[in-house]
Amino acid sequence: MPLKDSKNTHAELVQKLALQSRKSIFGDNFFKALVIGASLYTLLMVALVFFALAEGSIPIFLKEGINFVIGTDWNAVEGRESFGALPYIIGTLVSSAIAMAIAVPISVGIAIFITEMIPKKLGTVLSFIVELLAAVPSIIYGLWALFVFRFWIRDYIEDPLHNTLGDFSLFARAPFGLDVFTAGIVLAIMIIPIISAVSREVIKAIPHSQKEAAYALGATRWEMVRTAILPSAKTGLMGASFLGLGRAIGETMLVTLIIGNAIGLAAIPTSLFSQSQTLSSIIANEFNEASNDLHLSALIGLGLVLFVITIFINVVAIYIISKVSKSYSNLRE
Amino acid sequence: MIKDNKNKNKDHKSIIQEHITKNAPKRKAFNNFMTVLLFVFVIIAIIPLCSILIEVFKNGVGALSFDFLFKPPGSLGSGDGGIGPAIQGTLLVVGFATLIGAPVGVLAGVFLSEYSSSSRLFAYFLRLFNDVLTGIPSIVIGIAGYITIVLTLGSFSILAGAFVLSIIMIPIIARVSEETLKLVPNTLREAAYGLGLPKWKVVWHIVIMGSKSGITTGIVLAISRIAGETAPLIMTILGTSLFFSAFNSPVDALPLRIWRLASQPYPAAHEQGWGAALLLILLVLSLSIALRMFAQKRSITFKSVT
Repeated sequence: MPLKDSKNTHAELVQKLALQSRKSIFGDNFFKALVIGASLYTLLMVALVFFALAEGSIPIFLKEGINFVIGTDWNAVEGRESFGALPYIIGTLVSSAIAMAIAVPISVGIAIFITEMIPKKLGTVLSFIVELLAAVPSIIYGLWALFVFRFWIRDYIEDPLHNTLGDFSLFARAPFGLDVFTAGIVLAIMIIPIISAVSREVIKAIPHSQKEAAYALGATRWEMVRTAILPSAKTGLMGASFLGLGRAIGETMLVTLIIGNAIGLAAIPTSLFSQSQTLSSIIANEFNEASNDLHLSALIGLGLVLFVITIFINVVAIYIISKVSKSYSNLRE
Repeated sequence: MIKDNKNKNKDHKSIIQEHITKNAPKRKAFNNFMTVLLFVFVIIAIIPLCSILIEVFKNGVGALSFDFLFKPPGSLGSGDGGIGPAIQGTLLVVGFATLIGAPVGVLAGVFLSEYSSSSRLFAYFLRLFNDVLTGIPSIVIGIAGYITIVLTLGSFSILAGAFVLSIIMIPIIARVSEETLKLVPNTLREAAYGLGLPKWKVVWHIVIMGSKSGITTGIVLAISRIAGETAPLIMTILGTSLFFSAFNSPVDALPLRIWRLASQPYPAAHEQGWGAALLLILLVLSLSIALRMFAQKRSITFKSVT
């Protein structure tokens, strides 16, 4: 208490102190309420997203029932409405599968190279450059893919493949540059920084003693990676890949610009060079042009399907990664 | 080797020695091969980045002019006018989103770091839901914003856009805030308690103010993420060629404008699209490069404190 209070009696002082502490109790409670309120708000947002989608897609599920998920027809014309999401689900899965097939080995390779093969300082610089890729907005990937990359793909990869292996149905269609193959490759470029960043953390977490043991047995650097790192990092790398998969499945703008935007049955890819459509790209394409409430509800329903798929994949990824980090901390102890 | 009859009279040691020396060149060669292969992977990842940067600069720099930066778009396909409304719209939408997202995100981070010990289960669910929220595709969040805000208010608006982008920001900011607040050494908290400060003052003056730079990092990171978001804006702010006028009318944004321009069949529109992309990439990349330098400095100072 400041000096000027010295005239006051002891009792008054104590009273003042008590008052102050009551004030700080109020401050404590107020601040705690604020903090808990913000946390509840965050939880509420997840619930809000889910219930908004569920409510918005009631009309389409009432009309189409299970057909909405397994149907292949997509017709928004008044009086002949029919909405089936299956082609877009397949388009989403195929383009993401292509992306994963390319991105996973490359990302894991990059992570190994950066953490184990080169000096630490150089590794920091390289990982920074790779992570800049993650900072580029997806619309710019789309722009670049639409005006630049698609011609590279068509001229240097698709045309030669089609000309030599065109008899196989996989390469049967005349390549155009705007197809599920190009979309898969650009998606792969987009998710490489994500998968490699998480993979790097996983690899870094492996106890040094394991690596040293491998070296002590005379292993070369690659043999050390193969025998000491890959087996123990396997699960964590899988988690990293699932995170990338979740990103690839939800990606919208880039896919919208380069997948060719086929509708209905035509969106089921029959070859690598078919035009297709994903759940997110058809939503982006048709949302503002929805002709009636049922069409809009169908698009919201697609959003719900997308939501369910990505939540599932992400929860699996989170589960795997949390398990791995637990087992590492056990190892250390 | 051991089965080999010729080796019968040799002792064990020399067999192993022979094995090692015989295979050594092969193993070394394979090791080198894998090293080169992995290096090629790194190059494969870097080529697109270089190509994107080069193409955006090459094609976009010609579009930049005073009119381009400040005028509204001219007639379709003419290449006249500019992207003024889009620049203004991006600044406004991102600004409003930050006004909502930053306090909520930081406070959620404060809860996870400072208050979670009394309610473990709630903290567990908050972390889980944060991770889940990070994984929800932005277009899905956009649809939710359309249903809750646009349909309720009856029009596309900057509020719907800001609301949707704030949902994307919150988990990012909360995660980074939690991590940085946890870096504050416990001795500082104990010293503050020892001086008789109530908890909220400790948290505010010592923990939050002490990690201002880390919290800023989280907010800037979130801003750099949402500045390039396109999909959720389609169904919330719609896009327009007019400057911002009211809270209940559509606004424009850079990424949305790029999409519209790229979808038009006119070369003049494509050039403007590249110009807009150049502005957007400059904004986002400078934010993330600044962040990286900032973050490196910060980790050093914290190390010296603890």
